[in-house]
Amino acid sequence: MTFGTSRRSTTCEGVLGETPPAIRTVGLNLWYGDFQALKDVEIEVPRGSITGMIGPSGCGKSTLLRCVTRIVERVGGVRTTGGLQVLGHDIYAPDVELVQLRKRVGMVFQRPNPLPLSIRNNVLFGHAIHTTSVRGAKAERQQLLESALREVMLWDKVKDRLDARAIDLSLEEQQKLCIARLLPVKPSILLMDEPCSALDPDGTAAIEQLIWSLRGEYTILIVTHNMAQARRATEQCAFMLGGTVVEYSKTETMFASPAAKRTADYIEGRYG
Amino acid sequence: MRSTTQTQAPDARGVAWYLDKAMAYLVFGAGVSAILLIVGIFVFITKEGVGFVWDTVDLGQFFGSPAWRPTSDTPQYGALALIAGTASVTGLAMLIAVPFSLGAAIYIAEFAGGTQREALKILIELLAAIPSVVWGFIGLSVLNPLIIEWFDVPVGLGILNAGVILGLMAAPIMTTIAEDALRAVPDGYREAAEAMGATRWQVTWRVVLPGAKNGLTAAILLGVGRGFGETMAVLMASGHAVQLPDGVFDSVRALTATIAAELGETAVGSDHYQALFTLGILLFVVTFAINLTADLVVRGISNKD
Ligand SMILES: Nc1ncnc2c1ncn2[C@@H]1O[C@H](COP(=O)(O)OP(=O)(O)O)[C@@H](O)[C@H]1O
Ligand SMILES: [Mg+2]
Repeated sequence: MTFGTSRRSTTCEGVLGETPPAIRTVGLNLWYGDFQALKDVEIEVPRGSITGMIGPSGCGKSTLLRCVTRIVERVGGVRTTGGLQVLGHDIYAPDVELVQLRKRVGMVFQRPNPLPLSIRNNVLFGHAIHTTSVRGAKAERQQLLESALREVMLWDKVKDRLDARAIDLSLEEQQKLCIARLLPVKPSILLMDEPCSALDPDGTAAIEQLIWSLRGEYTILIVTHNMAQARRATEQCAFMLGGTVVEYSKTETMFASPAAKRTADYIEGRYG
Repeated sequence: MRSTTQTQAPDARGVAWYLDKAMAYLVFGAGVSAILLIVGIFVFITKEGVGFVWDTVDLGQFFGSPAWRPTSDTPQYGALALIAGTASVTGLAMLIAVPFSLGAAIYIAEFAGGTQREALKILIELLAAIPSVVWGFIGLSVLNPLIIEWFDVPVGLGILNAGVILGLMAAPIMTTIAEDALRAVPDGYREAAEAMGATRWQVTWRVVLPGAKNGLTAAILLGVGRGFGETMAVLMASGHAVQLPDGVFDSVRALTATIAAELGETAVGSDHYQALFTLGILLFVVTFAINLTADLVVRGISNKD
């Protein structure tokens, strides 16, 4: 939020002015009823890299993430001011197509939430809702299914039971599935809200490895409360506190020499 | 406020303890007596009817013959026409009630907003509270002349009339149960689908309905059971004529209506009396099977699929 921070964020971006950043917020404020959950958030997420968001619980990380696809407005009484651009488009513009926005920006939730469908239909759900042709080629669907599941390293485990119910998978496999189901519609941005917090250490490691393997291909914005994870899995990192972005910089910079004292305090475990 | 409360032994038995015990016994007693009552009813019905099944009638005639002539000189006890009457009326009722109630439930659960939803729910409860004799009355005095006028038939009491009335009767309770089933679908499913860009209708059709399919099946089955067991409205609206129907305007007679209309005129223990109890057993078994299936559907399929 500080001046220095926003300059750093500009350097993160690389080619300034050429291609717009994946996500850019301009003085973003958000209220749940009377409660202000985001305060003047200014952040730019460069394309093709992994950006982390850390901060104590309740500081607005999920809220900011959920703003990016405007899914935050599902609950009533949400009011926003300020701007939010995704891939160069103002998503608060009156003519914005939420369906298209949500096709470009996939979201992974804190608790794995596969749909009450088969593994196959989970993976192909996005494809099905975004395809207007009544009967897409069966071979094409099969190919999408396989490549999505391969990309999340799940294919070999589930290829013999694609029609089994998704909720019978282990939590780790469910979370992989929840990532896989975003891929067939070829999103540009993946938002992940503490994707490992419901998993055991092995599952966490597996998902982290997966996220790392997706780097470059997708812009990834990931919320984590795990400092070690933020440190090893992200390229730049934002630290939030009480609805504001306190600091936003290269991950190694933030962890080696945080600019704000509050950041240092948090990283060293002095907040909840 | 006395300090003694603090020095009491941890296992002290105060008023609350006895009250708790008493309540536990009371609730237990109530539960057990409900079960005993049901078993008692079943035993009673079986006892009254089963001798008839063993001794007097052969099951081939009972299920195969449409001739229900209990009061003729050579009494005949064929239940086929009655079974056909109940089945046709219930079937038509479900054709009407299922789309209406599912549609209403989907609208209330997924599309209606706060106050509208509450208003609709109250309306549905009100509809569910209309006594069946009132529905029968509507069938007799409103639907009957309408059917005669619209379709140019001599009598408006028959499958169509009873089916429509029964459908309207069953729809509110089915709506309530179906709505509960839809609301029980975790919101995370909707959120996940919406976040992928699904429209409200896509969410409903592709996610919520599959997620609620057990509950919805149960709602339909309970509606079928309700239709099966309904007596008064069917008695009044169906025409009450023993025959195998050819079309929707034909009068029919339902199992329940037969029992209700005839039991008062029979001598206790007579063949006719026993035959009516046999019909009762049949109704009991079918309704029980339907409700059991509904129950199993709700629980069973959430464990396996
Ligand atoms: N639907 C909501 N209604 C009201 N307040 C909310 C709602 N969702 C979140 N909040 C509040 O907004 C703040 C930020 O929440 P959140 O973004 O979930 O934080 P984080 O993800 O960083 O833990 C919290 O104080 C939380 O209580
Ligand atoms: Mg959160």
